[in-house]
Amino acid sequence: MSTAEDVLVSRPPRAAFGKLLACDARLTWREPIGLVLGLAIPVVLLVVFGTISMAQHKAEPQLGGLTVIAVYIPILIAFSLGMLALFSLPRALVTYRELGILRRLSTTPLPPSWVLAAQVVINFVLAVWALIILVVGGAAAFGVAAPKNPAGFALAFLLAVAALFAMGLWIAAVARSATAANAMAGVLFFPLVFFAGLWYPQQFMPAALRDVGQLTPLGASVQALQNATQGHFPPAEPLLVMAAYAVVFAVLAWRSFRWE
Amino acid sequence: MDRRAATKESRTATHAQAGGDAGQALVVERLRKTYPGTVAVDDVSFTVEEGEIFGILGPNGAGKTTTVECVIGLRTPDSGTICVMGFDPGVDRDQVHAIVGAQLQTSALQPRLRVAEILDLYRSFYRDPADPGELLDALGLREKRSAYYKSLSGGQKQRVSLALALVGRPKIAILDEMTTGLDPQARRDTWELIEGVRDRGVTVVLVTHYMDEAERLCDRVALVDEGRIVALDTPTALAEQAGGGKRVRFVPSHPFDDRLLTELPEVTGLKRSGHHVLVNGKDDLVNTVILTLAGAGVTANEVEVQSATLEDAFVKLTGRHLHEDEEGAPR
Repeated sequence: MSTAEDVLVSRPPRAAFGKLLACDARLTWREPIGLVLGLAIPVVLLVVFGTISMAQHKAEPQLGGLTVIAVYIPILIAFSLGMLALFSLPRALVTYRELGILRRLSTTPLPPSWVLAAQVVINFVLAVWALIILVVGGAAAFGVAAPKNPAGFALAFLLAVAALFAMGLWIAAVARSATAANAMAGVLFFPLVFFAGLWYPQQFMPAALRDVGQLTPLGASVQALQNATQGHFPPAEPLLVMAAYAVVFAVLAWRSFRWE
Repeated sequence: MDRRAATKESRTATHAQAGGDAGQALVVERLRKTYPGTVAVDDVSFTVEEGEIFGILGPNGAGKTTTVECVIGLRTPDSGTICVMGFDPGVDRDQVHAIVGAQLQTSALQPRLRVAEILDLYRSFYRDPADPGELLDALGLREKRSAYYKSLSGGQKQRVSLALALVGRPKIAILDEMTTGLDPQARRDTWELIEGVRDRGVTVVLVTHYMDEAERLCDRVALVDEGRIVALDTPTALAEQAGGGKRVRFVPSHPFDDRLLTELPEVTGLKRSGHHVLVNGKDDLVNTVILTLAGAGVTANEVEVQSATLEDAFVKLTGRHLHEDEEGAPR
């Protein structure tokens, strides 16, 4: 029920969001868990799979004529998203709540939602970096063709971000401690990254397993990203699966989020 | 003046009212807050005048923190009204946060941010913030400006916390258990800082369970026990209310007859132990005793004056000690 004038006086200046982002960015650098999980590990895996792929020097007929590394780049993108969304994003928010940092901030004019928004932005930026490093690095080092349907690829990526980040925010909403958040993330991450095809690419999975996998957020992400890589616009099914996870978990997170 | 009118519907009226009697920084009326199984705050009313240091003193669990959390809008009262410079924290949370600087218990800062970075961040939340360099100087944090928050000592962390409570140029500073866990020197330093805050024209609401702190700093004190205010007055008046107990102890230069003092109206009792004479009494006991002795040619040496304290007042009013559940509270 505030008048426009009141809002002008009491809302923090826009610059506050920039300061908040700058502080979160510094903390990301000083406690580089997000960098390690979301960037370093996928890049190491890129080198490992790229080297295996180079050694074999041939396309795998079972992989639809693609090299191992070409199949793995979407899987590594999904891996990076899972790490950032399920571990890095909730970790920061839960730690802020656990230590009382959110409580301290909530006595200032800063809207608490800005704190959440800043964490989403920081982790989204890391996810985009991961995407760029994996796609450009894959092309430069191992000769993997760039995604042939960039629009479809971008849409698949954004929906994957929405689905996974919503799950991460749900963890942040319900986990009471950083330890609990890590445990929840671990329980979710490993099955999800299995269905993404980290150990067995979907092409190697039995049909039944693959069908189940494509109903999981990372399985659907990889399916859509691979389609776009090969030049097709991703089919509706994985896009809808990702959108559904995004909506359901965003609602769950919204309903259970506590600032204290 | 009925502050209960400070509801959403009558905001404009409340504004006008606040302008009318600008002397009141904070008005709390019939505040009640329950948690499952306990009544944390029960029918609490008080008014804080602009420019004073107002103490809320009571043992742990008396409802002090819940009260200030309601004032700052972190908790919603079950009933009662709160008016912070004309604003209701339940309705105008943003305005309240813009004019109140809070230093809360169990709140923390990012361990790996540097002092200057934290100050710069919090500064950006306010429209007309204080100069951070000046604040660092005033709080003796200049040489710690590049230190990580987690590397600071307890006293330095409290000073950073105080800096953040002041960086928005608040009209009211709410300081909750500022000195808990500090060593005696750091406590005294913090007291001086709090007096400095008041001297800048900021109204201070000081929450504490240390009676010496309240006695030293506060213009007025609300004694709180089990969610209720049991007494509210100046520290001196509260102490006198406890029985006006004053005692003076001295070593006389020459022997004198007890009746010289016991016949004075101010004296209620006299005891000798060894060289020492211990006189109990009230009102202007000390001067009367010394003048009377001087009139009889006796000098009082090694004079020690003991006044009744807030602690005595608290014990008298509640039958309990402030620190029953605690050992070795710093003095």
